[in-house]
Amino acid sequence: MNAPWLRLEHVSYELSGKRLIDDLAHDFCSNEITVLLGPNGAGKSLTLRLCHGLITPTSGRVTWPGARPSGLRQAFVFQRPVLLRRSARANVDFALAGHEPNRTRRRERAARALERVGLLNQAEQPARTLSVGEQQRLALARSWALEPDVIFLDEPTASLDPAAVDQVERIIQAISTSGAKVVMTTHDLPQARRLAREVCFLHRGRLLESAPSETFFDAPRTAEAASFIQGRLFW
Amino acid sequence: MNELLEACRRAISLILSADRDLLEIVLLSLRVSLSAVFLASLIGLPLGACLALFRVPGRRALTILISALMGLPPVVAGLVLYLILSRSGPLGVLGLLYTPTAMILVQTALVLPIVAALTRQVVEDLFQEYRELFLSLRVSRLRAVAALLWDGRFRLFPVLLAGFGRAIAEVGAVMIVGGNIDHLTRVMTTAIALETSRGDLSLALALGMILLLLTLLINTIVFLVREVAGDGAPRNAAFWSQR
Repeated sequence: MNAPWLRLEHVSYELSGKRLIDDLAHDFCSNEITVLLGPNGAGKSLTLRLCHGLITPTSGRVTWPGARPSGLRQAFVFQRPVLLRRSARANVDFALAGHEPNRTRRRERAARALERVGLLNQAEQPARTLSVGEQQRLALARSWALEPDVIFLDEPTASLDPAAVDQVERIIQAISTSGAKVVMTTHDLPQARRLAREVCFLHRGRLLESAPSETFFDAPRTAEAASFIQGRLFW
Repeated sequence: MNELLEACRRAISLILSADRDLLEIVLLSLRVSLSAVFLASLIGLPLGACLALFRVPGRRALTILISALMGLPPVVAGLVLYLILSRSGPLGVLGLLYTPTAMILVQTALVLPIVAALTRQVVEDLFQEYRELFLSLRVSRLRAVAALLWDGRFRLFPVLLAGFGRAIAEVGAVMIVGGNIDHLTRVMTTAIALETSRGDLSLALALGMILLLLTLLINTIVFLVREVAGDGAPRNAAFWSQR
């Protein structure tokens, strides 16, 4: 077991009196791909946002044990890619500007990032005119270019066709192989089976169980997880 | 009727022969209004963006005030600036009354609320979309303002043209602080007002035609910019004809 690098301590999140995340406690230890799994409305995206600091917990703490004072380098890919109204290259460049002051090196890093996701030929194309699949790959390239220690992916394949899903999954695996820890949400069971090393199962804002992927899929401990795996969960 | 036709004929020949007086008036109009739009953008674009982004005290009051000032009657703006610039006013010593500078200032005051209010709207919409990305990338406030203004460029350009449209077409304010002095502060609108009352319809008509053409040109540009500003999203203009 690796040492934990991200710790959720009794994290809750409420919005206008409604408790959407309920007393979440978990140590993220896997250096590979961790999948937050659960039906729609389970709180997967909110959990991911709480981890990345996009929203602050109503109670509880999110801490990064063992990290250097500046924290781990993080990146986030949104379910619907948020792309600036500029070229693909300029989108990557914008993200890099805060990390790499040298213009030439920034250009090189942007080109490398686009190449890794197969978008080098579309580098000068306005990002908004790319296909949905290409837009998601560009969003991945933009995050990957930051050379993050941890990358959060929110439903990265939610609205893609099978071919684009395959491309995106390959990129996710490549990101993981390159040494970044990956935390992603999905409600897609086959995808979770393909990618996950560790699974955290959420239901109605609570973390019901977390286990290595094989253990989770072969022998789920909770009734909810078992019925979700059999395709019978219902919110 | 004949008189009118004759006036039209002479107006067109004035335009075609590039009459010196006519040209002078048109150029001064353009200089004053373009300068006013430039100054108003310099203040209004960042001001609008800041109103959209930063939750500072007094933000709502300022937003409402600026929206209200969009409808500021030009004569009132002219009157206020007249009082400020007149010999006994606080800035009387500058001797700016009845100069093109005074006209630029008063038109800036008229255009600024339009630029600031509409910029706030555009930037706020865009910020809704970009907020989490900026948060994730830890973009500084200054960079956020610059990025939002740049990414809103296709929607902000028509805003500036709308400001120019207001400036070039208004009479009251430039009349009061400019004084409509021949060869010095006479612009298209004030010249039209004067020549019409004097009965010299040909010059008034010629200027009127140029003013109309300019308005048409501006609206054409705004329309074209809106066309290409769709971020590449497919247009649904052909919807009805496709069925």
